[in-house]
Amino acid sequence: MSIIEVSHLTKFYGKSRGIVDVSFNVEEGEIFGFIGPNGAGKSTTIRLLLSLIHPTSGMGKVFGLDVTKHGPEIRRSIGYLPSEVFYYEGMKVIDLLKYSASFYEGNFTERIKYLSELMELEMNRRISDLSYGNKKKVGIVQGLLHSPKLLFLDEPTSGLDPLMQRKFFDLIREENKRGVTVFFSSHILGEVQRLCNRVGIIREGSMVEISDIRSLQQNNYKKISVTANGLTPEFFDTPGVTNVQTENGSVNFFFKGDINAMVQKVSNLKLEDVNIEEPTLEEIFMHYYE
Amino acid sequence: MNKMIFQHEFLIRIKSVITWSLSVSALLFVFFSFFSVFAVQAEMMQQMLEKFPKELLIAFGMNEMNYDTVLGYISFYFLFIQLLLAIQAGNYGFGLVSIEETEMTADFLLTRPVSRAKILTSKLMAALASMLLTDVVMWISMFTAISIFSEGKEYDLSTLLLLLFSVILFQLFFFSVGLMVSLLVKRVRSVTPYSLGLAFGAYVLSAFSGVFGDVKLEYITPFKHFEPTYIVNNGALNTPLVLINVAITVIALVAGYWLYLHRDIHAVS
Repeated sequence: MSIIEVSHLTKFYGKSRGIVDVSFNVEEGEIFGFIGPNGAGKSTTIRLLLSLIHPTSGMGKVFGLDVTKHGPEIRRSIGYLPSEVFYYEGMKVIDLLKYSASFYEGNFTERIKYLSELMELEMNRRISDLSYGNKKKVGIVQGLLHSPKLLFLDEPTSGLDPLMQRKFFDLIREENKRGVTVFFSSHILGEVQRLCNRVGIIREGSMVEISDIRSLQQNNYKKISVTANGLTPEFFDTPGVTNVQTENGSVNFFFKGDINAMVQKVSNLKLEDVNIEEPTLEEIFMHYYE
Repeated sequence: MNKMIFQHEFLIRIKSVITWSLSVSALLFVFFSFFSVFAVQAEMMQQMLEKFPKELLIAFGMNEMNYDTVLGYISFYFLFIQLLLAIQAGNYGFGLVSIEETEMTADFLLTRPVSRAKILTSKLMAALASMLLTDVVMWISMFTAISIFSEGKEYDLSTLLLLLFSVILFQLFFFSVGLMVSLLVKRVRSVTPYSLGLAFGAYVLSAFSGVFGDVKLEYITPFKHFEPTYIVNNGALNTPLVLINVAITVIALVAGYWLYLHRDIHAVS
C-alpha cells in the first residue's frame, strides 16, 4: 500500500515557483530519500503534505486521504522534524513535550523518558537556553514521542554532532524495522545513501529521477582512474566517457557503456595503476545538476 | 475548542493581563482621586472651560459634562480607560496568530492533529478570557474607587453598569479588526505599532468627527459607538452605532476565520 501518493502536485507562491508537476509514491515501510539542493522544493513538498500550505494544483494523499481535506486525521499518525526547529522559548523542555503529547491519545511518559535519555536531552532546561543542536534533539523527541506511522524528516541532521547523528540514524532504522515509513529529505547524499531504499531527486521544482538506490549506483556510471606513462586525456575521447580530468599524472573519468571495450582499450597502455569503482551518490548527483 | 491550546494560550498571556489590569486600575484610581477637587470647584472649572475654543472641547468630549456628579466625572475620564483597553485588545488581535508565525512556532502547532478552525477558536477563547479578566479587575477597581472617593454622592447604578459592560463589545472590535488585518498583511513583524496605530487612529477619527460636526466619521470608530458622555447623558447605548460596531466585528471575525483556514504558513527564509 502506498503511504504517500503525490500526483501532479504544483505550488506557486504568487509568481515564484515552489514545485511543478511533482508525482511520486512512497510505499509502506520504506525509507524514501528526497534529495535536492536548497531551494529545489523539498520543504515545499513536505509542507504541502502536512497541509501547512495549500497546493496550486494537483493532489497529495497520505494514508489514502486527501491532505487538503483530512489534515487533522492524517497528522494524528505523522511525526515531523523540520529543518529549522522553533519552540515556545519560555517553556521548559519537559513542558513542551507534555504539551505536544497532549494532542495524541495515550500515555507517553515512558516513551518521552526513553527518547530523551537516548538523545541525552536535559528535560528541565528552558527552550531559550538551548543550543541549536539541543533544540534539534527536542525536535526529534517531539516528532517521535507519539509513535507515528509516518515520519517526515526535513534535513534532520543539521546541528547534530556526528555521535548524535549516528544515534539518530540508529533510532530511525529501529523505527523503520517496526514498520514506520520514513520520508527523508536532505542535500547531504552520504546520509541518504546510508539510510534510504529509494531516492527521488528534485531539481528546480521538478522531479528528475526516482530510483532504487542500488540501481542508481549500478546502472549508471563507473568511476575509472588510470595512471600510465605519457597518457593524455585525449586518449579516452570515445563515446560513453564524461568528466575527463587529469590529476597528479592520472586521468579520471566517468564511463557508461560496455565495460569490456573500456578494459581492452586500457590494456593497450603500459599501466602504472588502474582503479574502477562505483561512483558515490554524490558524484551521480552532481551529474544530474550539470 | 481544544482545552490544551486554550490553557497554553491563556498562560502565555497571563503576565500581560496582569500588567494591563494594574495599569488600567492605577489610571482609574489616579483620576478618581481628583474627583473631590473637581466637584468642589465645578463652578470655576465650568467658567474656565468656557474660555476654551468649542472645537477643542468637542474633540475631547468635554462639552457636555458635569464634573460634579459621579457619572459625569467618570464619563470625562473613561475615554482614557477605553484607549488603554483598545491598545490591549489590538495587541491580542494582531498577535493572536502572527506572533506564532514570527516566532516560527506555527509549524509546531499546525502539525498537531487539530483542525485550524479548532486552533483559532481555542486561541480566540483564550484571548477573550484574558480581556474579560482585565475587565473584571477594572470593574472591581471602579466600584472600589467610587466607594473611596465619591463622598457618598448618588449615581444611577444601571447606567454605570451599562458603561462598564460596553467595554466588552468595544474590545471585541479592536481585537477582531486586529486579527483580520494581521491575516491580510504578509507578515506582522511587531505587534505594538499596529495596535497603537489602530487605537490612536480610531481615537483621532472620533475627535475629528466632533470638530467637523457634519462629517460622518462616527460610523467607523468605536470611540463614537461607545462614547461615554452619550451613554451617561442618555442612560442608554447609541443603538444604531452599536449595531454598526457589532456588524464590523462579526465581519472581521468571519473574514479572519476564512483567511486563517486558507493561509499558507511559510517556512523560515
